[in-house]
Amino acid sequence: MEMQKLYLLVPLAPLFGAMIAGLFCRVIPRWVAHTATILGVTIAFIGSYFIFRDVMAGNTFNGPVYQWLTTGDYKFEVGFLIDQLTVTMMLVVTFVSLMVHIYTIGYMQDDPGYNRFFSYISLFTFSMLMLVMSNNFMQLFFGWEAVGLVSYLLIGFWYTRPTAIFANMKAFLVNRVGDFGFILGIGLVLAYTGTLDYAAVFAKAPSLADTTISLFADREWATVSLMSATCILLFVGAMGKSAQVPLHVWLPDSMEGPTPISALIHAATMVTAGIFMVARMSPLFELSDTALSFVITIGAITALFMGFLGIIQNDIKRVVAYSTLSQLGYMTVALGASAYSVAIFHLMTHAFFKALLFLGAGSVIIGMHHDQDIRNMGGLRKYMPITWITSLIGSLALIGTPFFAGFYSKDSIIEAVQMSHIPGSGFAYFAVLAGVFVTAFYSFRMYFLVFHGEERFGKAHDAHGHDTHAKQDGHAAKDDHAAHGDDHHADDAHEEHHGLAPGQKPHETPWVVTLPLVMLAIPSVIIGFIGIEPMLFGDYFKSAIFINAEAHPVMEELAHHFHGATAMALHAVTTLVFWLAFSGVALSWFFYIKRPDIPAAIKARCEPIYTLLENKYYFDKFNDVVFAGGARLLGKGLWKGGDVAVIDGIIVNGSARLVGWIATMVRLFQSGHIYHYAFTMIIGVFVLLTLWVGRA
Amino acid sequence: MSGTPLLSLAIWVPIFAGFIVLATGSDRNAPLARMLALAGAIVGLLVTIPLYTGFDLKTPAMQFVELMPWIPRFNINYHLGVDGISMLFVILNSFITIIVVIAGWQVITSKVAQYNAAFLIMSGLLNGIFCSLDGMLFYVFFEASLIPLYLIIGIWGGDNRVYAAFKFFLYTLAGSLLFLIAQLYLFVQSGGSFSILDWQQLPLSMSAQIWLFIAFLIAFAVKVPMWPVHTWLPDAHVQAPTGGSVVLAAIALKLGAYGFLRFSLPIAPDASHELSWLVVALSLIAIVYIGFVALVQEDMKKLVAYSSIAHMGFVTLGFFMFSAIGMEGALVQMVSHGFVAGAMFFCIGVMYDRVHSRQIADYGGVVNTMPKFAAFFMLFSMANAGLPATSGFVGEFMIILGAVKYNFWVAFAAASTMIVGAAYTLWMYKRVIFGKVTNHHVAEVSDINGREFLILTLLAIGVLVMGLYPLPFTEVMHSSVNELLRHVSVSKIH
Repeated sequence: MEMQKLYLLVPLAPLFGAMIAGLFCRVIPRWVAHTATILGVTIAFIGSYFIFRDVMAGNTFNGPVYQWLTTGDYKFEVGFLIDQLTVTMMLVVTFVSLMVHIYTIGYMQDDPGYNRFFSYISLFTFSMLMLVMSNNFMQLFFGWEAVGLVSYLLIGFWYTRPTAIFANMKAFLVNRVGDFGFILGIGLVLAYTGTLDYAAVFAKAPSLADTTISLFADREWATVSLMSATCILLFVGAMGKSAQVPLHVWLPDSMEGPTPISALIHAATMVTAGIFMVARMSPLFELSDTALSFVITIGAITALFMGFLGIIQNDIKRVVAYSTLSQLGYMTVALGASAYSVAIFHLMTHAFFKALLFLGAGSVIIGMHHDQDIRNMGGLRKYMPITWITSLIGSLALIGTPFFAGFYSKDSIIEAVQMSHIPGSGFAYFAVLAGVFVTAFYSFRMYFLVFHGEERFGKAHDAHGHDTHAKQDGHAAKDDHAAHGDDHHADDAHEEHHGLAPGQKPHETPWVVTLPLVMLAIPSVIIGFIGIEPMLFGDYFKSAIFINAEAHPVMEELAHHFHGATAMALHAVTTLVFWLAFSGVALSWFFYIKRPDIPAAIKARCEPIYTLLENKYYFDKFNDVVFAGGARLLGKGLWKGGDVAVIDGIIVNGSARLVGWIATMVRLFQSGHIYHYAFTMIIGVFVLLTLWVGRA
Repeated sequence: MSGTPLLSLAIWVPIFAGFIVLATGSDRNAPLARMLALAGAIVGLLVTIPLYTGFDLKTPAMQFVELMPWIPRFNINYHLGVDGISMLFVILNSFITIIVVIAGWQVITSKVAQYNAAFLIMSGLLNGIFCSLDGMLFYVFFEASLIPLYLIIGIWGGDNRVYAAFKFFLYTLAGSLLFLIAQLYLFVQSGGSFSILDWQQLPLSMSAQIWLFIAFLIAFAVKVPMWPVHTWLPDAHVQAPTGGSVVLAAIALKLGAYGFLRFSLPIAPDASHELSWLVVALSLIAIVYIGFVALVQEDMKKLVAYSSIAHMGFVTLGFFMFSAIGMEGALVQMVSHGFVAGAMFFCIGVMYDRVHSRQIADYGGVVNTMPKFAAFFMLFSMANAGLPATSGFVGEFMIILGAVKYNFWVAFAAASTMIVGAAYTLWMYKRVIFGKVTNHHVAEVSDINGREFLILTLLAIGVLVMGLYPLPFTEVMHSSVNELLRHVSVSKIH
């Protein structure tokens, strides 16, 4: 009984904080807003910790909170499923959220929307907790859309910026494309199992493994496996939320939001909801090799090709954003290889080091007075020592340096893919291997450009950097323009880019900013070492994750190769993966410290490839022309052609004209002249007589 | 309580109040007229509350029945009663009446008494429609309720109100005549009864059912409105004053849908099954086609009017899947649409009162000058886009889930509203609310006042309560919906 109250307290505490900060945002002073929300999240974190201890002691929970709706034979409930998977997510979410809350005090201190911001991030924490704690698909969808809403509000937090309000609408709509698949998947689950409760669905799923559904009335060729269709549709939802190709396009643009939420929502937690969801649905996905194959292929494409884009970015946040896309691809690949626990493990380590990298980037941005262009930085390690060290730790963790957190999770993914026999795993193995080199290269390209080398700041924006800026802004504004056709705001995208004045030096940020960096750096180093043995090879997850070991023996094989965390790290030096990462770092050092002239030369030589990357493989242009433009064209056509021309023009006004015409005709007969009427009468009598006589 | 004629009170209290308000006469007594109207509307709502609290969840039968002869010569009775299908609409209608009376408080300055009286009388007549169990009584209320609506559009409406009213009239005329003929046919067939309940039990041949179904379909399709007889709605909305739009969207659009449940399905069940493909197809066209049309609208009221048509497409789709989840989802969608569309039209009215334009292009950056309003408008826009935790989600969710079982591709088409609905709503929101202040009109507006805050809060509570806890709304429907589904599944052909 006591524990159930605690389960409720954990999500409700941040909600309460959000309501205080949000509903009264105009009347309360700033300290009330941040105290209330930080208190709420702290309670949630401590509560999660106690629940974690309780779950580790073997007490899981699955039960309703209240009945939401009943209809026919269906029951929809709001309820909690508290198990090892849930509690892992709860700890990650509340911890990162707490760090971000503290960090925000420093980052947003000059912003007029201070209270509103705290309200949003606490509301996000509530929504995310409801999502991960759900015991049914309905509430999952609730949380799913609620985090999407908060993401929308936060990307457009600076609502006067045209790029921000374009980006947030884009994020919402692209996510809705995913949700479109997601809700159809949920519909199939309900239609065939009669319930949305996880436990009941999972219990029934094996008996549906061989069920097929016919997409077109009883045609043999149109039958598909029910489980494949369901899982792929559910995964489409995950592709939206976790930004997998081709629904990834919203994530880079989401960087328009303030940096703390880039760390919390668009790196550590919300974007991993898709990964969590697939892991949660492992009893379903295990029944369909087709779906797993689809998952691993999409993941591999995302992991590799989004990594390439990271190489050419010059905005510090966008480099980290593409690295997030790529790492989400890694997690997805792990899911496809049936290594769900490895995916969750990487989700966890990634949450720490990626939040760290984002918050570090934010710290750099503060130090640089809101200049985000890494070409204007350099040598910052002298001025921002804490940011420097923690960012180095984050980068080392990201590229998979032995003993760091990212090493254990990423290496496990690569090994798992190597052992997988799902169709597509061959390509995925290549992609994740190549991805290691790419990740190392772009991560340290950024690291060297920001913290080492020549000090390029304070030079009143050299022409080169400024140009590209203008170009980027112009591009964004053009997207915006294309989307609504009548706004002209290309000029004010610049207002937030202050940058350092000539002679001005960057400065280290206040403790509220650096403390979260340090607090996140610690798990970024040690969590992998501690976690790998219980989470991957022990019985940490127990029944929370289901693997059909006969069909997909990846985890078992992985366990054979595992001889302890220390041995794994030491052994790494002899593996290809390590040397790929090492050469990535070495090459970036050579390019950006030793011979800074080379990148420009390569860029000049490989113009077509560079253009392709610069335009992000033309996904945005394609969507803009085909989907956004097509929809508007279709709408115009249906409106002007259908409603206005045919229905109103011909039918409605046509019948009005017909009535008018008849009236005119009738009016001719109602002339008011007696002789007209008399004449008509006579004719009528004559006709009747003729008919009568004729019949007789 | 059982002896109190609650339904008569629900009908006649607002009408009586309307005539009292009318008696205050000229605009010199406008404050008095407003106070009396508000009092009448509040009493009107209070008398409907016992309908919910005293409602018996277990029986599908009509409750709170009143029966007395009206025109004995033709066996026409004053026969009232509500079941789980109609009861919520009586309460919703009475609630919305309070909203419109407050909404016109400062905005309507000429012919105040007449304005408020028109709404009160219309409220009573609309309640009469939902309570009537006698076909002729239904018909009288059905037609009579149009008169106040015509007057509201015609007197307090926009510049092009004559065209809009004429168009509306032209559309309704054909439907009403067919509806009347269908009723007379049933009167003859049933051996001289105008009781809707008798008609529901009446055995009918397939061809008779088909003809009746088509007559009902035409009559109700215009009211819903369904594609392709929908084009009167955007014009009517554009010309109507804010209060008129709110009632039109929140209540008047529900009449056609209600007619399907009271007449088409139970009286012609075999024809309903036979022709369900037609209604499903028209519903999907309404959802998809109208969604794209809404996307390109430049007038905010037209945009929301089109979005109403798309949302009502979900209602008719839900009815004709013949499943409990679909039908209850449709009823939930109807109630929710009352809150959400009512709120959307009110929000547009709030902006119109200040800037005197409904064109999206005349706005931009409203959030800078009206932050409180922007927050409310965000909530209702999200509800319009079907976001979970708002009422707009519940019905769509139920209908899409029900549709997957009915036919996957129907669900596929219906679910497209997840994308298109969000697109037109958020794109409008972005252009109107976000961004920098674009012109001096927007720069000069003041944020919502206490009266507007009150209305928006009431509607917001409705939207959120229904989104977070829809059970109290659906549990009253169960018995009636299950009985209707059972009834429809039994053939009437003898």
